[in-house]
Amino acid sequence: MTICEICELKNNYGKNDKKSSLKVSENGLENKTSSKRLEVLKTYKIYIGGQFPRTESGRYYFPTNAAGKKLANVCLSSRKDFRDAVVKARGAVSGWSGRSAFNRSQILYRMAEMLEGRKAQFIEELILQDGTKAKAEKEVNLAIDRLIYYAGWCDKFQQLFSAVNPVATSHFNFSVPEPTGVVSIIAPQGDSLLGLVSVIAPVIAGGNTCIVLASETKPLCGVTFAEVLNSSDLPGGVVNILTGKPSELTSWFVDHMDVNATIYCEKDSETKKMIREKSATNLKRITFYDKINWTTEEGQSPYFIMDTQEIKTTWHPVENIAGAGGGY
Amino acid sequence: MAIAKPTIMPPDFARTPHIDQVGVEERASRFTKRSIKNESKENGLKLVLNMIDLTTLEGIDTDGKVKQLCYKAIHPHDALPDIPTVAAICVYPTMVKVAKKALGDSGVKVASVATAFPSGQAPKDIKIRDTKYAVNEGADEVDMVISRGKFHAGEYNFVFDEIAAIKEACGNARLKVILETGELGTFDKVRRASDIAMHAGADFIKTSTGKIQPAATMPVTLVMLEAIRDFYYKTGKMIGMKPAGGISKSKLALHYLVMVKEVLGEDWLTNEWFRFGASSLANDVLMQMVKLKTGQYQSANYFSVD
Repeated sequence: MTICEICELKNNYGKNDKKSSLKVSENGLENKTSSKRLEVLKTYKIYIGGQFPRTESGRYYFPTNAAGKKLANVCLSSRKDFRDAVVKARGAVSGWSGRSAFNRSQILYRMAEMLEGRKAQFIEELILQDGTKAKAEKEVNLAIDRLIYYAGWCDKFQQLFSAVNPVATSHFNFSVPEPTGVVSIIAPQGDSLLGLVSVIAPVIAGGNTCIVLASETKPLCGVTFAEVLNSSDLPGGVVNILTGKPSELTSWFVDHMDVNATIYCEKDSETKKMIREKSATNLKRITFYDKINWTTEEGQSPYFIMDTQEIKTTWHPVENIAGAGGGY
Repeated sequence: MAIAKPTIMPPDFARTPHIDQVGVEERASRFTKRSIKNESKENGLKLVLNMIDLTTLEGIDTDGKVKQLCYKAIHPHDALPDIPTVAAICVYPTMVKVAKKALGDSGVKVASVATAFPSGQAPKDIKIRDTKYAVNEGADEVDMVISRGKFHAGEYNFVFDEIAAIKEACGNARLKVILETGELGTFDKVRRASDIAMHAGADFIKTSTGKIQPAATMPVTLVMLEAIRDFYYKTGKMIGMKPAGGISKSKLALHYLVMVKEVLGEDWLTNEWFRFGASSLANDVLMQMVKLKTGQYQSANYFSVD
C-alpha cells in the first residue's frame, strides 16, 4: 500500500464516518464502513537483547517482491545497532553456556513448538516473498523439524566429539568441545526462514550467542522469527536479529574484536576475501556455508555445531601406580 | 587559638531554593543530545580518563588488589602512547599506605573514604579519628559521608558542625563531602545538603557512595552543579564536583562534561574541580580510544582487569 493509497483511505474513512454514525448492535460495535477499515500494518523492528528496538540510525528500506509489491518498511540497521547487539550477546554468553545442555535442548524444543503455533503467519509471509504455497509449507515444516533436530543434539554432541587421548606421561588427558563465544552470522539470502534457522540453531545449541543479519531482500520471516524466540524462554541477547544490507554491515560483523567467530552464507568471493583478511585481527573462526542446500539432509548435521566450538584439552596429573597396569 | 570565623555567615538552610524537578530533568536530558565530533571526542576521552578516581571499596580488598589498581592508574593502557593517568585512587583508610607507596611520585593522588563510610553511623570522635588516621597515612583527599539520618531529622546544624569538624581534621587534605543523594529523596533536599556542605567547608561535593541505588544521575548532578554555581556567585569560591556510581560508559561521561561546561564553564573542566568516581569507566574509555585509533570495536579481553 503506497502512502497515497493510505491517504486516500484515510480521507474516505473520515467522510464515511461523518455520514454514518456508529451503530451499537447486540454483539457490540457495528461499523458500516468496516469494509473500508484501515489495516493495521505490522512494524518490522529489529531484535537486540530480548527487546524490539527500531534501528538507532532511524533509516529504513522497503524490499519488494517480484511483482513489485512493497513488503514492509524494514529497519536499515547501522553498525551502532550491531555494536549494541554485540554488547548484549557478550553479556548473555556466560548465562547461556552455563545452562545445562539438557535445558538448552528444552528451549530449542520450545522454539520449535512456538514456530509450529505460528505456522500460518510464516507461510503467508513466505508467499508474499514470492513463494508458492506448497514450497512455503515445506519450508516452515523443515524449519520446525530442524529446530527439533538440534534440540536433540544439545546434550549429545559433546560426548560424541570429546575424547580421552593417549599420552606418554602420567596424565589423564582429555579433550572437550566448548562454545567459542559470540558468533556473527550473515544469513543466507534465499530460504529466508529455513536458512536462518539452519544457521542459528547449531550455534546456540552449542552454547554460543549470536548476532544475525537476516536476508536483505526477504527479511519478513527473520523479524517474525525473533518474535518466536522472544516467547520461547530463550534468554535475551542469545540471539539478536538485525535487518539491513550485507554490503554495509559485513565488514563490521568481521571487524569487531569482541566477536569470536563469523559465519557467511553467500558466494561472493570479494566479500570472502575481505572476511578472511579482517578476521585475522583477533583470529576469528570463520566459516563459509556457500554450497549448502538447506532443504536437503546436508543442511543438518552435528558438524555444524562443531564449526563454532573450541576444543579444550586438559592434562590432569595422575599418579603412576606401579604394577597397577592402569593408564590411558 | 581561636577558630577563624567564616567570612560569610551561613544562610538559613531550611530556606534553600526549591528545585523544579520537571525542569531539571528536561534540562539534563538536553545535554545528552549534543553532537560530539571525533576530534573533540578524542580530547574529551582523555579528559575523562584524567578525571577518574579509580575506586575499589570492597570488604575483600587486599594489598595486592590495591597495588594492581595503582599500577593501572599510572599505566592505563600501555599500547596507547600519550594518554594521561587517572586523577586518583580511592580506597579505604587501611589501604592508603599501600596505595601511597605504590603510586610513588606518579602524580596520581590518593583519596581515602572516612567517617564510617558508607553509612556514617558512628560517633563524631570516631569519625574524626578515622579522618586523622587516613590523613596521617598519607591521603591527599578525604571522602566523607554526611549523617543522612540527622539530615532527615532536620538537624542541619549537626550536619554542618560535623562537616566543619572533619574539614578541620583534614588539615591540608582536600575534603569531598558525599551527600548520598539516593537516600535524600528529593532534589530540594539535595540542594539543601549541597548548600550545607559548601558553607561548612567542603572542597568537593560528591553524589554517592556507590553502595546505594540510585547513585549518580545527570539530573541530580545538575542540581548540585547549580548549587556550586550559585555558591560561586555568592562567595567567589570554587567548589569541585564528583558524581560517583553508575557512570560506566564513555558516552555518558562525555554527556557529563558537556553539562559541566554549560553550567559552570571551562574553569571546572580539569581534575582539580571535577572527578568521576568509577571503576569500570576507565576500561570503557580506553576501549573507545583504541576504537577511534584503529576503527575497530574493541573487546574487554584485551584490556587489563580493574
